[in-house]
Amino acid sequence: MTSSATKGGARESAAQAELSRRAQSPAQRLQHVLHSNPAISPAIILVLTVVVFSLLNSRFASANSLSLLVQQTAIVAALAIGQTLVILTAGIDLSVGAIAILSMMVMATVAAKNGVPGPVALLIGVALGTLAGALNGFLVTRLNLPPFIVTLGSLSIFTALALLYSNGQSIGADQMPDLLNWTGNSFSIAGFVVTNGVVIVLLMYLVVGFALSQTAWGRHVYAVGDDAESARLSGIASKRVLLSVYTVAGLIFGIAAWCQIGRASVASPNGIVDANLNSITAVVIGGTSLFGGRGGVLGTLIGALIVQAFATGLSLAGVDQNYRLLAVGILVIAAVAVDQWIRKVKS
Amino acid sequence: MLSTVSTRRTRAAVALSVAGLALGLSACGGNSGSGSGSSGSSGGSGDKIGVSLITKDSTNPFFVAMQNGAKQEAQKAGNIDLTVASGSKDGDEAGQITAIENSIAKGDKGILITPNGPGVNASIKKARAQGLYVIALDTPPDPADTVDITFATDNFKAGELIGQWAKAQMGGKPAVIALLDLFNDKVVSVDYNRDQGFLSGMGIDTVDKKKNGDEAKTGNYDGGTYTIVCNEPTQGAEDGGRTAMENCLTKNPNINLVYTINEPAATGADAALKAAKKTGYTIVSVDGGCQGVKEVKDGVIGATSQQYPLKMAQLGVEAISKYAKDGTKPSTSPGLDFFDTGVQLVTDKPANGVTSITSDEGSKVCWGSAS
Repeated sequence: MTSSATKGGARESAAQAELSRRAQSPAQRLQHVLHSNPAISPAIILVLTVVVFSLLNSRFASANSLSLLVQQTAIVAALAIGQTLVILTAGIDLSVGAIAILSMMVMATVAAKNGVPGPVALLIGVALGTLAGALNGFLVTRLNLPPFIVTLGSLSIFTALALLYSNGQSIGADQMPDLLNWTGNSFSIAGFVVTNGVVIVLLMYLVVGFALSQTAWGRHVYAVGDDAESARLSGIASKRVLLSVYTVAGLIFGIAAWCQIGRASVASPNGIVDANLNSITAVVIGGTSLFGGRGGVLGTLIGALIVQAFATGLSLAGVDQNYRLLAVGILVIAAVAVDQWIRKVKS
Repeated sequence: MLSTVSTRRTRAAVALSVAGLALGLSACGGNSGSGSGSSGSSGGSGDKIGVSLITKDSTNPFFVAMQNGAKQEAQKAGNIDLTVASGSKDGDEAGQITAIENSIAKGDKGILITPNGPGVNASIKKARAQGLYVIALDTPPDPADTVDITFATDNFKAGELIGQWAKAQMGGKPAVIALLDLFNDKVVSVDYNRDQGFLSGMGIDTVDKKKNGDEAKTGNYDGGTYTIVCNEPTQGAEDGGRTAMENCLTKNPNINLVYTINEPAATGADAALKAAKKTGYTIVSVDGGCQGVKEVKDGVIGATSQQYPLKMAQLGVEAISKYAKDGTKPSTSPGLDFFDTGVQLVTDKPANGVTSITSDEGSKVCWGSAS
């Protein structure tokens, strides 16, 4: 079973690829399919999860229950978009939830306490999230610090700033302008209840998915994640791409903060505390490689849904929630193992 | 700032504090040093009485209120050298151990602590072996005799009050109950005391008083039939409360009575019920924070049991001060293994046979701030 890829990293021509595909074992063919579509294995797992839990409890598959599943997933899924971008560049962002909380507390407080109108408050909050992301990007690219260390530090910094600014106090929905609460409003489509927040999150998935797959910027993100040095040599401004990724991630966290206000009907500095690791979990289960350069946001959305499906499904089946932790742990390790196996295609 | 209310239960305590105050005024004046963790004040030197307050974290309004109570008392007494420290977050045992060690090193006379878990027990024992008087505030350690005494809310009674009130509200109608607890992956006394207290107040057999969720799912409460739909964890936060309530409604859409571990969880539960377009349900809670009392006034929460963190800390500082002066030790409330700092039911719909105060009265003695 020798790999058919030519040594030296040169791309195979289409004809060569066609020739080598005929000489492949089924396993290698599967590797190729998975390599070009990283969302396939999580999609299969999600379908299996939904089927199994529906068999355990018929209520699981109801429109109401599935609507809630999507609503419950939305915030982590939103944060995981930014996390996907960062991980695609072989980085990691531990400050995801902290940026969102800081952004949320600021947009809520300036509106409630300083009488800033809704749209301006929202803009200030999202801008602050963007700035926080840019700061992470600046430290990673200009000071050449490892992303893990930078975001470990900024996790503490942003958390502290959010708590200092808010005094640990939450801001109730009735204190905030309608615009900030608007993400919690919902409408029905064919029995499915959809909140505005869910719509915003899905739109973000579409936009980022499009940018990654259809634009030069997206190709650069993958190239930098695959091999920053060779990307630089082929004329890509690696540092600028990295900075843009962290900045865009911050922008996404700011918008996610707005969705969280609608979801929790309050701006509370004690919410979404587990988001930092949960977003990484969603990305990894979704088939994006922690080594960078492979994966995408569709898989991440599926990954986030899988985790929440386990929580809801086990709850409905009356099973101890600690089994969810167990299942998620196994899925994370399995996903990384599959990723490693697929990578053999390239070597 | 907040003033503490004098209830029958705590009249003795208030008398105590007046005595302490008189003593404090006669002592030399001076500012109370309040640092975080490792302040370099010399606690044991001279005639200053060193006291360390170590809370679970320093962000939760409940503990912020505690810190304020301790600072006020130290300011009043004048001869107290107060150090304020905390874990980095709820559950952080290591941070509290460091604070205890610092307190011993400084030569403090006593420690007030809301223990983050059994991991701090050994350090507490070390402090007591060095002659420090250790009082647990709000959260009794496990085992309870790890500390000299605990000053706390009677959480079982807090639950019982809202249970009795809910029973009166239901008035014999079938009760379809959701229990929104704190955790389901670890056992914490405040969690089972409030939950089981609530069920006891309703007149439902709790089986094991220290175990949530072991009750019969259907049966009779005092006056009618009940169904328990769920025990869901909320982590004591709004988003957790919302998700928990959504899961309960998926199991049974006809829930009409919701117990919540605390007021943020109640806020989240109400959001889920409103989103599901439910009406005619009742939410009960525990805490009595200013935001929660406001929600009682707004009709979101039917009734809440109010506790008094500020007073806990004041009484704690005072007790250590007294102990340092003449060796007097505080004693536990009758029939309890801790000193009860009082709890009152706050509701605008009083129920027969359940003593309560209105939301307006509750807002005068609440802790934290309403948004």
